[in-house]
Amino acid sequence: MKITREEVLHVANLARLNLDEQAIELYTKQLGDILAYMDTLNRVNTEGVPPTSHAIFMNNAFREDEVKESIPVDRALANAPLAEDGSFFVPKVIG
Amino acid sequence: MELCRLTIHEAHELLMQGEITSVELTSAVFDRIEEVEDRVGAYITLVKDRAMTDAADAVEMIRHGNGGPLTGIPLAIKDVLCTEGIRTTCGSKILENFTPGYSSSIVKRLKGAHAVIIGKTNMDEFAMGSSTEHSAFMPTRNPWDLSRIPGGSSGGSAAAVAADECIGAIGTDTGGSIRQPACHCGVVGMKPTYGLVSRFGLVAFASSLDQIGPITKDVTDCAMLMNAICGYDPNDSTSVPREVPDYTKALEPGLESLVIGIPKEYFAEGLDEDVAQAVYAAIKVIEDLGATRKPVSLSHTEYAVAVYYLIAPAEASSNLARYDGVRYGFRDKGADALIQMYRDTRSKGFGPEVQRRIIIGTYALSAGYYDAYYGKASQVRTLIMQDFNQVFETCDVLLAPVAPTPAFKLGEKLDDPLAMYLSDIFTLPSSLAGIAGVSVPCGLSKDGLPIGLQVLSKPFDEEKLLKVAYNFEQATNFHTQRPNL
Repeated sequence: MKITREEVLHVANLARLNLDEQAIELYTKQLGDILAYMDTLNRVNTEGVPPTSHAIFMNNAFREDEVKESIPVDRALANAPLAEDGSFFVPKVIG
Repeated sequence: MELCRLTIHEAHELLMQGEITSVELTSAVFDRIEEVEDRVGAYITLVKDRAMTDAADAVEMIRHGNGGPLTGIPLAIKDVLCTEGIRTTCGSKILENFTPGYSSSIVKRLKGAHAVIIGKTNMDEFAMGSSTEHSAFMPTRNPWDLSRIPGGSSGGSAAAVAADECIGAIGTDTGGSIRQPACHCGVVGMKPTYGLVSRFGLVAFASSLDQIGPITKDVTDCAMLMNAICGYDPNDSTSVPREVPDYTKALEPGLESLVIGIPKEYFAEGLDEDVAQAVYAAIKVIEDLGATRKPVSLSHTEYAVAVYYLIAPAEASSNLARYDGVRYGFRDKGADALIQMYRDTRSKGFGPEVQRRIIIGTYALSAGYYDAYYGKASQVRTLIMQDFNQVFETCDVLLAPVAPTPAFKLGEKLDDPLAMYLSDIFTLPSSLAGIAGVSVPCGLSKDGLPIGLQVLSKPFDEEKLLKVAYNFEQATNFHTQRPNL
């Protein structure tokens, strides 16, 4: 399947990426080639085949809901680009 | 004697006998790094002061008779594993200044074993790549031929081991990222079964595929590192609770009664002539050691590239959503509204291959395309797993090449992502199936480039892999060959 320029822009928007003119052109072409290759999967009959999302069979990993020590606030904030009053600081959410 | 050239088990013996100290060994490794690192480029971060302190502690431990198998052994860690107090970049600009507040479980285990961590190795950004050229910092070069790639994404770890810039290393493998660089650098690399090694503190790329494993100078070292890193961890919900054997006990002679499967799809058209010759010769060696050879078919092999390059980017697009400039890492400070800040941060922080894969993955998961791409790939993944289940009913292990060609030139596939993806064809199917695999050196090409033999087993049969690899290694001398740097 071919991917269109609009689809690349749509997906980039979903992924929160800016693409400049050159990147749009390059990705449209490269993704088109890659997706055309992916279409080889259409040759495989998968009717009734269950999907696999996890290679090793495991049930849910349950544990007791106990309070344990966790990373203290100052250490959790140590890598924040901006922090104030024990919180992450971000630009305004609603313009 | 050049101490940096020692294997883990050789160094361990000398340390225990008091012939050498960890301080001498660690200094020798840093001297070697000083000598060759500007040509190889294996490390993003070196922590010499810390390492020398840890080495001095190891000297005391050994002096008091408390030394274990890894005490005082200088190891390199791929820069995708969190190390408390040591920056962890994942080869990305977005994490260039990220210093984790905690260590990954594997790093804790190695530190608990009193290994000496000397630095963090280079890698393709977020482990996405097969050449280590996608590092935001620099490419790593193959110690056997500096004009060629070391493989990837654990190219820094494999090159560091091959160039004696460490005694052993840890890498990660999502679609071949341990086995393929180990193959290209002429060293041993093992991808353990999914679930055997804890991933707590491993920066996630594709969560249904990522595994941590050793890259070493020989098979004995591989078993020793496996002993240290395997085991259940309640902090990783995909960690499998099961008893871990002493893997060094598997290093015994004798391959009689072993059935080795040869999957015909791995020897099809496009396989380099030198690679084919070396791998066939290796199979013959293993047959001569008493194993019985059986031709088998893994009929869905040809679809593995398409399946993997839908599933892995899909999972990555979700995992990498966390890099938004809020909690850690780079933030572009130009924007005055939140969404624009996300966009500017991610666009400037991620390199081109990561952005490409985020876009593929987002597309494969997006409304209207989910069933056709992600859904379809997940179904074909089931068929690939069934192929393996079937052949392991009659075979103990499978033997195959690791990569279709020896290491390619830097830049050769950089502008053609699909060509780069196709070079992973022989390692992707086993990653998708979650089974175990190891790459061992099995010869050199006409150009003097290393070739690897891949041994695959059913899940949790690492002992059998190590046994086959060990017997092959003992019958040959490929593991003693080193690059001329």
